[in-house]
Amino acid sequence: MEDVKQKNRSRLCSICNDKKAALKRPKTQEQICRECFYSVFEEEIHNVIVDNKLFKSGERVAIAASGGKDSTVLAYILSELNRRHNYGLDLFLLSVDEGITGYRDDSLETVKRNEIQYGLPLKVVSYKDLYGWTMDEIVKAIGLKNNCTFCGVFRRQALDRGAALMRTDKLATGHNADDMAETVLLNILRGDIARLSRCTLITTGEDGPIPRCKPFKYTYEKEIVMYAYFKKLDYFSTECIYSPNAYRGFAREFIKDLERIRPSAILDIIRSGENLRISTSTKMPDQGTCERCGYISSQKWCKACVLLDGLNRGLPRQGIGRTRGAVLSKDREQIRTDSEMKGSISQSKPCGTLDF
Amino acid sequence: MHLTIEFGGGLELLCQSVKIHHVDVDMKPGEDKLAMRDLLSWVQTNLIKERPEMFMKDDHVRPGVLVLINDCDWELSGQLDTLLEEKDVIVFISTLHGG
Ligand SMILES: [Zn+2]
Ligand SMILES: [Zn+2]
Ligand SMILES: [Zn+2]
Repeated sequence: MEDVKQKNRSRLCSICNDKKAALKRPKTQEQICRECFYSVFEEEIHNVIVDNKLFKSGERVAIAASGGKDSTVLAYILSELNRRHNYGLDLFLLSVDEGITGYRDDSLETVKRNEIQYGLPLKVVSYKDLYGWTMDEIVKAIGLKNNCTFCGVFRRQALDRGAALMRTDKLATGHNADDMAETVLLNILRGDIARLSRCTLITTGEDGPIPRCKPFKYTYEKEIVMYAYFKKLDYFSTECIYSPNAYRGFAREFIKDLERIRPSAILDIIRSGENLRISTSTKMPDQGTCERCGYISSQKWCKACVLLDGLNRGLPRQGIGRTRGAVLSKDREQIRTDSEMKGSISQSKPCGTLDF
Repeated sequence: MHLTIEFGGGLELLCQSVKIHHVDVDMKPGEDKLAMRDLLSWVQTNLIKERPEMFMKDDHVRPGVLVLINDCDWELSGQLDTLLEEKDVIVFISTLHGG
């Protein structure tokens, strides 16, 4: 009877009242069993998809897949829900190979396994093919500082290009509620009102070539990880070997500290962000197209082309914000450019995490 | 007390990439119970080889590290106060590594 542990710590599931509870939901504080967890977790995401009309039947949808926990669970859930609820979606996995030895090559192996496990076709686009440079080569040229600027700008564009190449209608990303709360906080800290209003949108870029959506907008990271653990989903977890974003790291830690004290804090921050639609004269720059590559851009050249041009001409710092010792007024200007360079803050994850 | 301790989600990198550890934890003289609180400091001292701040913060696991005892969320059993039993399996998973 060794394995039958009659512990007074075991309690019954508050939904089925039958099985032993396996976790406490951060959202509701309910204690539920594994099976009930699977069904509420999956149905909540289904409801988010339906209520927000994220997809239309017949659409071709790319799942941005990094091999990390969020995109792995997203791929699993979307293929499951697509089958179960007859969404009629043509799903596939889209990965970006930045060319980071010992990091992306390993995580891509995970995505390749996912391709087989979930029966979803996989398309990989590489920095090398798109830009002629791998991240390893870029870091060799520019050092460890600022490389996340390249990473972020190139990755965002790589996803769009990969999606266009595959004639994609929509791109789904694995951003979860914790990521969303963190982004709200960062935009407040940066005083970026325009982005603050947009960063909580569940679908963005509807005016652009390929809209992006976040089915996990209201899904807690804890539940995503618990789901992956209980379902034994195969994911990859290592930090990007090139300098993770420390500032973002602090915001993340703050969110996690808040969550421990009051788990609803994460959803509360998202709701605050949603409600902070301050009417402002700050207009987002008009979108044109890059003269060089045709990608959407408010400037003559898009960010990727500016960075790339610098790299190719041996001036890798071109297009990167702040320079040391800049005079104050210039500094202000630099901050603007800087924030434009990192404009993807409403969208992309830091390089410290694997998702897009 | 014989226990199995598992690390996941990147935490294994703090212990030379070894995910599963079968360990014997010595009890304090005169005590026959081991609380999670005690186990945490034991793990910190005996298993974690680098970046201990990724595992613990003050006397608690770092926020964002999930803990399961026999596949049950430790938030159901009193977290630090949970009393362990012979052959329990304790899993630590980081949510902070990798997206
Ligand atoms: Zn149940
Ligand atoms: Zn361009
Ligand atoms: Zn990076």
